Amino acid sequence: MSKINFLKPDKTNLNTFLYLGSSLFFISLLDVSLNSFYSFNLTGFLPNFLSFLLPLILGFVGLYFIRIEFSGIKKLDLLNKHINTNNFNAILSLLIIFVIIKSIPPILSWFVIDASFAGDSKDVCTGSGACWTYIKVWLRRFMYGMYPNAEQWRINLSFVALVLLGSVGYFATDKFKKYLTLYYVVIYPLIAFLFIFFFISGGPVFFDFSYGIIAAILSIIIGFFIPSKFRFYYFLIVPFALYIVLKYFIFFEEYVELGKLDGLNWVETGAWGGLSLTFIISFFCLIFCFPIGMAFALGRRSGFPLIRYISIGFIEFWRGVPLITVLFMSAVMFPMFLPEDFFIDKLVRAIIAISLFEAAYVAEVIRGGLQALPRGQYEAAKSLGMGYWKMHIFVILPQALKLVIPGIANTFLALVKDTPLIFVVGLLEIVGMLNLAKTNPKWLGFAMEGYVFAAIIFWIICYAMSKYSYNLEQKYKTDR
Amino acid sequence: MNLKLKDIVPQLITVIAVVLIFGFFTYNAQINMENRGIDFGYGFLSQESSFDVQFSLIEYDGSHSYFRAYLVGLLNTILVSVIGIIIATILGVIVGVARLSPNYLINKFAAFYVEFFRNIPLLLQIFFWYFAALRALPLPQDAEAIFGVFFLTIKGLYVPAFIWQNSHIFFYSIVAAIIAITVIRIHAKKVQENQGKQIPVFLISIGLIFILPLLSFLIGGVRLSFEVPVLKQLATTSFIYEGGVSLPPELIALTLSLSLYTATFIAECVRAGIQGVGKGQKEAAASIGLTPNQVLKLVIMPQALRIIIPPTTNQYLNLTKNSSLAAAIAYPDLVLVFAGTALMQTGKAIEIVSITMFTYLTLSISISILMNWYNKKIAIQEK
Repeated sequence: MSKINFLKPDKTNLNTFLYLGSSLFFISLLDVSLNSFYSFNLTGFLPNFLSFLLPLILGFVGLYFIRIEFSGIKKLDLLNKHINTNNFNAILSLLIIFVIIKSIPPILSWFVIDASFAGDSKDVCTGSGACWTYIKVWLRRFMYGMYPNAEQWRINLSFVALVLLGSVGYFATDKFKKYLTLYYVVIYPLIAFLFIFFFISGGPVFFDFSYGIIAAILSIIIGFFIPSKFRFYYFLIVPFALYIVLKYFIFFEEYVELGKLDGLNWVETGAWGGLSLTFIISFFCLIFCFPIGMAFALGRRSGFPLIRYISIGFIEFWRGVPLITVLFMSAVMFPMFLPEDFFIDKLVRAIIAISLFEAAYVAEVIRGGLQALPRGQYEAAKSLGMGYWKMHIFVILPQALKLVIPGIANTFLALVKDTPLIFVVGLLEIVGMLNLAKTNPKWLGFAMEGYVFAAIIFWIICYAMSKYSYNLEQKYKTDR
Repeated sequence: MNLKLKDIVPQLITVIAVVLIFGFFTYNAQINMENRGIDFGYGFLSQESSFDVQFSLIEYDGSHSYFRAYLVGLLNTILVSVIGIIIATILGVIVGVARLSPNYLINKFAAFYVEFFRNIPLLLQIFFWYFAALRALPLPQDAEAIFGVFFLTIKGLYVPAFIWQNSHIFFYSIVAAIIAITVIRIHAKKVQENQGKQIPVFLISIGLIFILPLLSFLIGGVRLSFEVPVLKQLATTSFIYEGGVSLPPELIALTLSLSLYTATFIAECVRAGIQGVGKGQKEAAASIGLTPNQVLKLVIMPQALRIIIPPTTNQYLNLTKNSSLAAAIAYPDLVLVFAGTALMQTGKAIEIVSITMFTYLTLSISISILMNWYNKKIAIQEK
C-alpha cells in the first residue's frame, strides 16, 4: 500500500478513498434523514451551529474523496460525472439532496398522513394536515359551478360526446382523412355549439321530429330520381329546406303533434361555472381565435397597404393591452356600443373579448411561420399559375402552420391559463368558485387546500398540452 | 400611378367595413349616452376624487383630483413591474444557466422549477400567495425579527427606513464613480486596441463604486442611520409596527408571483439563447487559448444576448401587463384605482377604460420601441 495523500485522492488508493468517502457521504445523508424523518439529531452533542453544518461538511469531504477520475468503476464514474464534477457542484448537489430529504416529510404529512379525507363537515378536519373533505364536499361546485345538481348529467353527456366526436381523427381511415379538415374546422365546432346550446344551456329546441320524419321520407323518395352526380348536394340541402317549408309554411301546429320535443330546463349562463366553464370558454376561444388570427396574419402580409395597416393596428392594439382591461371593456364599455334593445349574454361577450385578444397573438405566431417560409415556395406556386387563395391554401399555409405548432400551442396554453380572469365579468370558473367557497362561513380557513387542488388540475392540463404539442412538433417535423 | 381596379376594390371594401363598424358603435354610444343622460368628456379628471387609496408612492387622499388618483395607480403599477422585472431577471438567468448545468441534480431541479411554475395560471399563483401562504404568517405581536430588523407579519413586511444626512453628496459620489468607470472603460478599450495591453477594468470599477461612496461617508459628512420598526400596542389585541417602511402583503404577493412566474419564461429564453450559440464557437474560442471565463464573457454571451434579448423583452412586457391582475387582490394599481374605483364613482365607462388601455398601450409600445432600437444596435452587421 502506497502512501496516502488525503488532499489528493488518486487511483492507487482507490479502495481506501472509496470506503472512506462513501461512508462519510452516507453518514451525512443518514444524519439529515434521521433529523428529517424521525426528528432525531445524531449530532446533538455538538454546538448548535456546528451540528447544523456538519452533514454538509461531512458530505463535502466524502464527495471530495470519491472524486477520482477514470476509476474504472462504471457507477462511480457516472456519479462523478453527473453530480460531483468539482467542489462547487458537489456543494450544490449536497444542498439539493438535503433540501429534498428535508422537504419530503412535511409535504407528505400535509398531503396524506395528517390529512383528513372522511366525513362531510368541517369537524373532521382537526389534524395539522390538509382537509380534503373540503374539496370532497365542494367538488360539484368546483366542477360545475352553480349548475343545478340534478341537471349536471347534461354537462357530462355533452363533454363525453364531444370528446368522442373529437377523437374521430384518430380512427379515420385513409379514405376519410381528406375530409378531416372540413370536419374539424366546420362541422365539429357546429356540433359542439349545438350540444352546448341544447344540452348545457337548455336552449329552445326548434327541431320537431314529426316534421323531420316526413321531410326525410319525402326527400329519400325524391332522391331516387336524382342523378347520382348531384345526389350529394341534394341531400345536403333539400331535406333541411323541406323541413323548414313543411314546418313553417305548409303544415300548422294543430295538424301534427307527433314526437314534439320540449326543451330541457333553461340554465342561464350566470349559473355555469367551475372547471366545465373553463373548458367551454377555452374551447370556443380556441375555435374562434384561430381563423381570426389567420386572417389578420395574412392581412399583415398583404400587398394592399390599407389592409396591412388595419391589420397591424388591430394586432398591435390587442397585444399592447392586458386581458383584464379587455374584459373590463367587454363588461362596462361594450354594452354602450350596442343598440339599446340589443342584449348579448356576458359569457358570449367574454368569449368574444378573449377570442379577439388571443387572435392577435395567434396572428403574430402565424406571421412568423409565413415569414420563415423560403421565397421559393411562393414563387414556385405562382409559376404554376396559382392565384392568391389557391397558393395560400394548398402551398403556403400547410407548411407555415406546421412550422408554428409550438407557438400556437403556447398561445392556447396561455389562453387556458387566462380563463380565470373572467371573474372580471362576474363569471366564476374554478378559481372563482374557490374564492367563493373560501368565504363560506361554514368552511373558513381552507384556502390552501382549494388553491393546491386547482393548481394540480391546471398543472395536469397545461403540462399534458405542452407535452402533446411537443409530440406534434416532432411528428410534423419535416427537414428542408 | 398605375392603380388597377383589382387592387382598389378589396381595400375599399375593407375600409368601408371598418368605418361602418366604428360608425355603428359610435352612433349607438351617442344614443345610449343621451338616453342615460351621460355626457362625454375628460373634464372629470380635475374633479375631487373623494376616495382613499391604501398604498401610494405620492401624497394622496380624497381631496385630490381623479388625475392624481390615476397617477397613484400608474406609479403603483410601475413599482410592481420594476421590482418584478429585476427579481425575475436575476432568477431567470440563474435558472436558465442551471438548466444547462452538467450537474444532473441542478439541471433537474431547474427543469422542475420551470415546468412547475409556468403551468399554473398566474392568477391562481397570486391568490395562493395572498390568500393562503401570506395569511399563514404570524400576527404583528408574534412576529420574530429576521436579522433583528425585518418583521414579516400578516400585515406586511416591515423593513428599516434609511435616514440620510447630506444625501446629495452621496448621490454625487455615485454619479462621479459611474462617470469615472465609463472614462476608464473607454480608455482601456483604446489602450487594448492600440497596444494590446489589458487593464483590469472590472476590478477598478468595483473598487471605484465602493470607495467613492465610502469616501463620501468619511469626508463628505454623509450620515446614514436606520429607523427600525417598533411594535406598538393600539388596543389590547391590536398591535402595529411604527416607523420604518411597510410593504403591504398585496405588494409582496404580487411581486413574488409575478417574478416567480415570469422567471420561468426568462429562464427558457436564456437557455435557448446560450444553446443557440454554435458549439464551434466555444471550441474555437477555447482552442485559441481563452480561459472558460473569457469564453463565456467574450464569445458566448455577446452572441447569446442577441438571441436572448428580443423574447426577454416580450416577457418584460407580459409582466407589466400581467401586473394588472393586482386588481384581483386589491393592490391599488392602475386597473383597480382607475378602472375600478374611479369608474364606479364617475360612471364614465368609455373615457376611463380608453385612458387605461391607452396607458398600457403607451407603456408597451415605448418599451418595444426602446428594445427594437437596442436590438438593432447589437445586431450582427452583415456585410
